[in-house]
Amino acid sequence: MNARVAGLPVYSLVLAIAGLVVFIGIPLTTNSFQTFQFANVAAFVIAILGLNILTGYSGQISLGNGAFMAVGGYTTALLAAKWPLPFIGFVPYGLTIPLAGVVAALLGFLIGIPALRLRGIYLALATFALALAVTPVLNNYDGFTGGHAGVFLKSARPPFGLDLSNDQWLYLMCWAIAAILYVPAFLMLRSRTGRAWMAIRDSETAAVSSGISLAYYKTLAFAISAFYAGIAGSLFVINNAYVDPDSYSLALSLTLLIGLVIGGLANVWGPILGAVLVVWLPYFAEKSAGIRLGPISLGGKPDIEFGIVLILIVFFAPNGLAGLIGRGIRWYRSKRDAGRGAAPEPVPAVLKEATQGGEPSEIIT
Amino acid sequence: MIELVAGNPVQAFVQQVVSGLASGAVYASLALSLVLIYRAMDVANFAQGEMAMFSTFIAYALITTFHFPYLLAFALTIAISFGGGVLVERTVIRPFEGSSVLTLVIITLALFSIVNGTAGLIWGYVFKTFDSPFPFGSVHFQGLYIGYQDLGIIGVTLVVLALVFVFFRYTKLGLAMRAASLYPEASRLLGVRTGWMLAFGWGISAAVGAVSGMMIAPVVFLDPGFMQPVLLFAFVAAVLGGIESPLGAVVGGVLVGVLLALLGTYVPGGQNLRIAMGLVVIVAVLLIKPAGLFGRSEVRRV
Repeated sequence: MNARVAGLPVYSLVLAIAGLVVFIGIPLTTNSFQTFQFANVAAFVIAILGLNILTGYSGQISLGNGAFMAVGGYTTALLAAKWPLPFIGFVPYGLTIPLAGVVAALLGFLIGIPALRLRGIYLALATFALALAVTPVLNNYDGFTGGHAGVFLKSARPPFGLDLSNDQWLYLMCWAIAAILYVPAFLMLRSRTGRAWMAIRDSETAAVSSGISLAYYKTLAFAISAFYAGIAGSLFVINNAYVDPDSYSLALSLTLLIGLVIGGLANVWGPILGAVLVVWLPYFAEKSAGIRLGPISLGGKPDIEFGIVLILIVFFAPNGLAGLIGRGIRWYRSKRDAGRGAAPEPVPAVLKEATQGGEPSEIIT
Repeated sequence: MIELVAGNPVQAFVQQVVSGLASGAVYASLALSLVLIYRAMDVANFAQGEMAMFSTFIAYALITTFHFPYLLAFALTIAISFGGGVLVERTVIRPFEGSSVLTLVIITLALFSIVNGTAGLIWGYVFKTFDSPFPFGSVHFQGLYIGYQDLGIIGVTLVVLALVFVFFRYTKLGLAMRAASLYPEASRLLGVRTGWMLAFGWGISAAVGAVSGMMIAPVVFLDPGFMQPVLLFAFVAAVLGGIESPLGAVVGGVLVGVLLALLGTYVPGGQNLRIAMGLVVIVAVLLIKPAGLFGRSEVRRV
């Protein structure tokens, strides 16, 4: 298994190729609804990744990231379909996406300032209030936001005469943006910034006494988290070509947290697994609505399933599905290495690869 | 709940304060149930509102489906809620005792999701009306109209608060429960079964929450989400009063009720902005006086 091609271990190449095949295969083999759902998965990946930075890595409990998505979503909807700018007219979708991120980041920064004083449960309470406040506030200023009726957008079409269906184009665009946004997140988490966040999460007192500025790093975490949420919100609006205040209920913020915890807190790959689950579990829950237990039919809304999975995950696999997979890989490797008899005592996989200069088998967080 | 009075602005103001007292009483009892659990195990129970919602649906089913008289349904619901609270603590919460704040938040949110989904599964998402146990009409007093409903809510809440106070202050079980939450180890050495004390705490809390649900239900419509704003205002009340203080929860609840009634009357769009107002109050209290009105300030050990 230590064979290499172009300096990379064979298995990681195989994984990369398999990933690419799945990625390209999905829009070619599934119907347009499924492709559309997978585009939503990408948007959820971005939103959950943002929440992971704030809650998973920095330890700031946020139940209100749905509010940042609302800001991003409405930035796109209002600029692209409701309020034409003077001289410019309606802003094209593509341009509203980064704008949505920036406006949301600004709100995140502003929320981060009072949040500096709030710790643990109090921050959870304040962000809970934020999540609940979004829908009524959007409804209240209906002259500006369109209120209950919502805002309709024209559906996005593939540019440059690309021979793709709308859904295929959305799928490609959303995943491309998710991939691009993964890079800075990945790099930040491995840099000084990421280490400072984790230090704050593990002990604020220790972090401060090591010279980490709480004010700087906490507001930064809020702003970046909100940036990701804003982009995700914008993509949702573009995907659905519609937005209304009820899209941003408490349920949305809870869905993000559910996806994060089930995927894996403070795990870089957790958001992908979590996003797949939060998009597809409701779908299967609806399909299973035919199953009946006496007078009660199972399924319909997925709240019960989510709650049960959440409790089981926190109890049996606190590091989420991604943590579970990582554990499985390590277990397999230690078995394999022990079975070979090459090493009389099984060397921990991480150490072994460190000395061989291979891929780290575990993302050390 | 709000009855319009023409004429004198002072009278109109007092009228709003009085109707704020009734909803304040509901917030106060749910806030009290939150504080009881917070004191016992440092958890802000996000599922408290949904548990109260479920209890109210049980009362609804007893009354409309099984045709129980109101008082019997009321008493039965309180008993069932107590049992349900104990059961929830024993099964869902116990494995996570002493976990981090984040874990406990997630667990209570999971509970929120399960209870909400179960209520939706059984009773559906169509709005239902819950008949008021109090007669229609109002008392006319000094130019003010005070609805029997408002008086009834305030009266029932006062009785509940008095019972909770007497229980914790003057009974042996109440004393044991206070001891178990303040000094768990010493209590255990003295033979108090602290685990069960926590479970009873959840039971009592669920019962108090059930009363708040049944009191507000005739005023609003019944659906699986109807307690969510109430829960938020109860949180605001608890934070305002100091999250560890039962007295603070009650005072905070009344203040929040009056504040929201005034907001709804005197600020345009105030009804939509109620929840945003709650957010502002939470943040303001935590920034200006984090311990709340009646709480002790937090000491952090390094």
